[in-house]
Amino acid sequence: MAVDTLAVRELDLDLDAFEGPFDLLLSLVLREELPLAELDLAQIVVAFVERLAERDELDLEACGEFLVLFSALLELKARGLFPDEEAELAELGPEQAAEELARRLAEYRRAKEAAVWLAERLERPRYFRLAPAPLAPKPPEPQFASQKPEKLAQVLRLLAVDPPEPSTAHMALRFPPVSQFLERWRSLLARRSRLDFDEGIVGCSRVEIAVAFLALLELRKTGEVAVSQAAPFAPIRISRAASERSLSWTAHSA
Amino acid sequence: MDRSLRLVATNPADDLSQTIEALLVIASAPLSVDELARAAEQDAESIEAALELLVERYREGRSGIVLEFVAGGWAFRASAQAAAACARLQERPAERGLSQAALETLAVVAYLGPCSRPEIARIRGVNVDGVVAGLVERGLVVEDGRENEFGAVRYRTTPLFERVFGLESLAELPRVDDLGADVTEIRARLEAVAEKRPA
Repeated sequence: MAVDTLAVRELDLDLDAFEGPFDLLLSLVLREELPLAELDLAQIVVAFVERLAERDELDLEACGEFLVLFSALLELKARGLFPDEEAELAELGPEQAAEELARRLAEYRRAKEAAVWLAERLERPRYFRLAPAPLAPKPPEPQFASQKPEKLAQVLRLLAVDPPEPSTAHMALRFPPVSQFLERWRSLLARRSRLDFDEGIVGCSRVEIAVAFLALLELRKTGEVAVSQAAPFAPIRISRAASERSLSWTAHSA
Repeated sequence: MDRSLRLVATNPADDLSQTIEALLVIASAPLSVDELARAAEQDAESIEAALELLVERYREGRSGIVLEFVAGGWAFRASAQAAAACARLQERPAERGLSQAALETLAVVAYLGPCSRPEIARIRGVNVDGVVAGLVERGLVVEDGRENEFGAVRYRTTPLFERVFGLESLAELPRVDDLGADVTEIRARLEAVAEKRPA
């Protein structure tokens, strides 16, 4: 059995601040060679629980031993974290400590007797109307800085003037008639059998270019022209419709 | 009896008495003489004279309503004789089931207030956070500033505390010197216990 028992003292620890068996850690702490405040005690618990889990049966003896050792360690650490209180108590000699204890006990005794006095008064019940909590205090009246009436009138006069009519000039888009560009394309194509779109719109505004394009689409729809473009954004080539051209060619050759 | 009642009825202060009765009936808290004087538009002396008559009229054994000076002002309460009937009608949430810990904490706050929870805990030797929170909820103690700008919250007892315990003011609490044994006596007892303990 003894061979089987988990030896808590030999528990191997691999902590941030310490590496080695548990009992070495304890002796280092007791000799104050290792500051407890730097140790993460939770890591020790994790190490122990992992070792415990490796076994099939719960080792009660080891658990008990670990609890005793570990609680002592926790107490040491907790005390170390409150140095002021320790100093306060350590500063008192036995005589003073007894004096302090007696003083505190007397203070508590008074509170206890006052409590008895209060409890006796409660034995004679007193009923009275319990009112709801008083309403919140009235908020203070808003305070305005003093103003001159003339200045106020001046400001009001500014407000009374109608604001200027907003300009809508930028919204007026004047579209030239499509027919104007239909004629333009027809006359250009009357002189030349093919041309680029850009050549037909030299000197035109954005709106006029749009209308020119509409006119071109119109001509394409009615079959008067053929339109081609090698690639997106490449020049748009316009030519007289093939049928018309072949007709004219036939007419010429005839 | 008839004679004295007739005297009250013919007293020139009777109008004022009726006004004071009305004010005390609608008040939600005890009213001071000054407050009564302001509301009734009378001087304090007339108010005090009228109150003297009213105290006689509304006293234990003579009326179901008792006029008393409590928590720094004048207020009506039910007579002790009617307490049982009142208990059947109404609960007393403020003082119902006050524990020993709550009473001790109340006593500490009443004597030392405003005082913080750590101060109370130091005297009682245990954590008092829950007890103090309970007393605040009952309206018997209330927050009253901090120890310093960012220190612990301090507490004091409320007028409701004085009313529940029937105190004219906190000065009516027994004197500290009359409470408990003195330090030397406790000290002597501590030493006696220490001597008995095996070395």
